Amino acid sequence: MFVINCPYCGERDQQEFKAGGEAHIERPKQPTELSDDEWAEYLFMRKNIKGVQFERWNHAHGCRKWFNMVRDTSNDEIKLIYKMGERPPSE
Amino acid sequence: MKNKYSIFSLVKNAFSYHENWQKAWKDPTPKKEYDAVIVGGGGHGLATAYYLAKKHNMKNIAVVEKGWIGGGNTGRNTTIIRSNYLWDASAGLYDHALKIWEGLSQELNYNVMFSQRGVMNLAHNLQDVRDLKRRTHANRLNGIDAVYLSTEEVKKFCPIINTSPDIRYPVLGGTLQRRAGTARHDAVAWGYARGADEMGVDVIQNCEVKGIKRNSDHVEGIETTKGFIKTKKVGVVAAGHSSVIANMAGLRLPLESKPLQALVSEPVKPIIDTVVMSNAVHAYVSQSDKGELVIGAGTDDYVSYSQKGSHQIVEGTLNAILELYPIFSRMRMLRQWGGIVDICPDASPILSKTSIKGLYFNCGWGTGGFKATPGSGDLFAHTIANDEPHKLNAAFNLNRFVSGDLVDEHGAAAVAH
Repeated sequence: MFVINCPYCGERDQQEFKAGGEAHIERPKQPTELSDDEWAEYLFMRKNIKGVQFERWNHAHGCRKWFNMVRDTSNDEIKLIYKMGERPPSE
Repeated sequence: MKNKYSIFSLVKNAFSYHENWQKAWKDPTPKKEYDAVIVGGGGHGLATAYYLAKKHNMKNIAVVEKGWIGGGNTGRNTTIIRSNYLWDASAGLYDHALKIWEGLSQELNYNVMFSQRGVMNLAHNLQDVRDLKRRTHANRLNGIDAVYLSTEEVKKFCPIINTSPDIRYPVLGGTLQRRAGTARHDAVAWGYARGADEMGVDVIQNCEVKGIKRNSDHVEGIETTKGFIKTKKVGVVAAGHSSVIANMAGLRLPLESKPLQALVSEPVKPIIDTVVMSNAVHAYVSQSDKGELVIGAGTDDYVSYSQKGSHQIVEGTLNAILELYPIFSRMRMLRQWGGIVDICPDASPILSKTSIKGLYFNCGWGTGGFKATPGSGDLFAHTIANDEPHKLNAAFNLNRFVSGDLVDEHGAAAVAH
């Protein structure tokens, strides 16, 4: 349990938010060209990192906006929060 | 040779103040090379080693565990055992395990305290009723005992449940599997470790895997905190940390690791003699032989390896418990903890070969792996020894995420395990 600093609303309790999984997974530009293996990679395979991970979160019980978060999954420490569409920081 | 545990050995050892019991397993240093190495000394990993030695005559093998055996999810679950799954593949897998549970204490000469006290699943809305009836029929077609209970029958089977129609989650019915129940989780790990050790398996604790050495297409060994171990076969049974090991070999798995919480109350006199699960409100309760209420909660929705969960998850579970069992309103909770569970998109496990020869994964058991421990070990041992899956775990391969042939227990059956 932790406090999340929503880029639109400020600091709120984590239970107002919904985790949206790994960030920066791009939808394939040419879906019809994809092989089954590539679909599996896109749909199911995840990095599931123990350590610093890039994630999407949604302020579900607040402004309902999506944003990105860099979080250490080994101790739940939030490193950085940035808006959707912004480029991920290089570590 | 291990001394046999019996009433006579208990009496005999009482005369020496229980100070001369034989060690249940050795504390070996790793050899340079093994025929196979199992990564992860939980119930599933130890069972895999046990059946590799017993049924496939692979005695030159080791189990490496980064902490102590049974110290991960094996010691962190709510010990529920059942096999009333919807789909044929799952029913086959889990009932295979349940059948082994029924003779396990005798087989291991170790009391795993398997207690077939029955597991009841509650229905709280019309969709639950339909789903549970469908599941009951599916179970019976697969030869698994299952009965559907009306609200009155639920009340009769477990009188402390509040079946008033006025509560927020009224009990509209339920299912009962009488062969289901609980077992003593630590004893399962210890029993398998003792059995495997007796057949010559090296159970190596405090030995963390740091890397997997592979040639272009096959495994050559593992790098550990106790040095390099050469082996051609590596079976990974690392639960929540499966993705971490997979990353070492350059693989990605369809898993997300999340905290799942449980808690126990202070011990009280016997009050509930079965296991009651309510999937809709994520509240599971049974009573341990010590008298504690053992309560299972849900998972958090974010990836975390911290073995802590969110407070509101526990609060939500206890709200539901209190409404269903008003008699527990003054119970005090003693301990609460989290385990890291590896969840597959279809909520079914992976017992599979991989694209790397000699590397096998047994993971994705998510919130319900304990019940499958003996069956999982047996089938994974078969898969490793023959380099081919057994027919009971053939459906649980990694390739199902490519072919689309998922075993979707998540949506169709109970979300809880």
